[in-house]
Amino acid sequence: MDALIDLTPQLWTAAGETLYIVGLTLLFGGLGGLLVGLGLYLSRAGNILENRTVFTVLNVLVNFIRPIPFIIFLAAAQPLARAVVGTGIGNPAIIFTISLAASFAMGRIVEQNLLTVSPGVIDAARSVGASPIRIIFTVLLPEALGPLILGFTFIFVALVDMSAVAGYVGGGGLGNFALLYGYRQFNPVVTWAAVLLIIVLVQLVQFLGNSLARKALRR
Amino acid sequence: MPVVSLRDVSKVYPATTKGGDPVVAIEGVSLDVEAGDVYGIIGYSGAGKSTLVRLMNALERSSSGEILINGQDIARLPESKLREVRLGIGMIFQQFNLLNSRTVAGNVSYPLEVAGRPKAERRARVAELLEFVGLADKARAYPDELSGGQKQRVGIARALATQPSILLADEATSALDPETTHEVLALLGRINREFGVTIIVITHEMDVIQTIAGKVAVMDQGRVIERGDVFDVFSDPQHPASARFVGTVVKGVPSAAELAVLRARHPGRIVTLSFRDAGVDQQALFGELARAGVAFEVIYGGINEIQGRPFGHLTLSLTADDAVVDDVLDRIRELTTVTEVR
Repeated sequence: MDALIDLTPQLWTAAGETLYIVGLTLLFGGLGGLLVGLGLYLSRAGNILENRTVFTVLNVLVNFIRPIPFIIFLAAAQPLARAVVGTGIGNPAIIFTISLAASFAMGRIVEQNLLTVSPGVIDAARSVGASPIRIIFTVLLPEALGPLILGFTFIFVALVDMSAVAGYVGGGGLGNFALLYGYRQFNPVVTWAAVLLIIVLVQLVQFLGNSLARKALRR
Repeated sequence: MPVVSLRDVSKVYPATTKGGDPVVAIEGVSLDVEAGDVYGIIGYSGAGKSTLVRLMNALERSSSGEILINGQDIARLPESKLREVRLGIGMIFQQFNLLNSRTVAGNVSYPLEVAGRPKAERRARVAELLEFVGLADKARAYPDELSGGQKQRVGIARALATQPSILLADEATSALDPETTHEVLALLGRINREFGVTIIVITHEMDVIQTIAGKVAVMDQGRVIERGDVFDVFSDPQHPASARFVGTVVKGVPSAAELAVLRARHPGRIVTLSFRDAGVDQQALFGELARAGVAFEVIYGGINEIQGRPFGHLTLSLTADDAVVDDVLDRIRELTTVTEVR
């Protein structure tokens, strides 16, 4: 317990880092997921921008990347991280890699959510002359907003999970804190403190997501 | 010039399975709809009528043929050029297809936003339209708070927002109960009369055609098998499929099975008299029977009114000496068509 009190500043720093990593990856991964999901949805056979090649490529990518355990993906994508963000280690690398993995995971969720929008509503928008880009922003996304918010809430938990291994490539956060000060120093109380913070964080976000989704669905 | 003119239009879908045959949804359909018409297109599900109407605003693209909207061929027009065309064609749907994320007013406003109308104009037009369809008090409600009939009225208001000259109704009343159906049909009738909007009604219910349409085309297996004035098709259907549709609302000539039942119950000679238009003088006709002393009983059929013109078939059982009956039937034949069922 004394160790934990001594480590309080580090705990808050770690919590801040987790928020920072998860916040940015939610932003980038979320946008990437929207793009991948929209790409999958729009290019699907029978949809407004039907394109077999685009659909097949995206579909294969999603199916290949999603099942790779994140810690292996992190190692495998290191050269790519170095090429894109200039470094293979630290928070920038972990943010890039999580965002990339999350884009594909979220892409599938976005696609599924968009598929719940009735094709008839798209027809109605087309029948009044709306362009595909207008349909995306004024019909598809607003109509699927409730499920999309729940999808983002769901992916948030996955982001927290992925961020926990940041320590392996020199990143920070609660995962790193728990391993470094708790696990390796045989101090379970320190680990549990990290666990508790993560539970509180996830519950808060889940609550927020649920209430926003409820608002969007007006239920 | 017809406002909608299809010339030899076909729509073929690629085979659904590898090596299967392509599916022909529409085959060589030609159709002219004149300005101000209420034109009904009737057929069983799978007859191709929904596909046909979706070709008219290019929601689906035809495989061949010309689709002239106000004289302009839209069949080969690229998607980006269709916006102007579609602004002139409203469409309403069986499932209403309202945006659940928008209020009633937001839904009606949508086409105006697409058309780039300024906000003040949109607001005024939305108020006017909601007033017209009788939903002014529901402007701020969401679609899931409305009944089916109300949703369809919102759909109609939305379809009319940009003041189109053509309105396509794709099974617009098929999800509604009979009473609501008649309300919606009455509204469509008003739109046709008050605004001169040409309406194309797709339906599988002959009742809808009878209520609202002036002309009708009957579709079967992707083809138009019969077309004409609703009165003509109702009173004298040429094709068996048309006759079946007419039979759903008009009790006409008894079928063989029905006839067997009738014959068992009525020993007299059974004849069917056909009435078409006001040309048949019923008083004179029944007067002949009375004068000849032939006892008769109406055992089947009915008289209907389509577009204010009566028509129908009455099947009678006549009881008298054969010679007397023959004699009176000869005289009645001069007044109308008589079919004797032996």
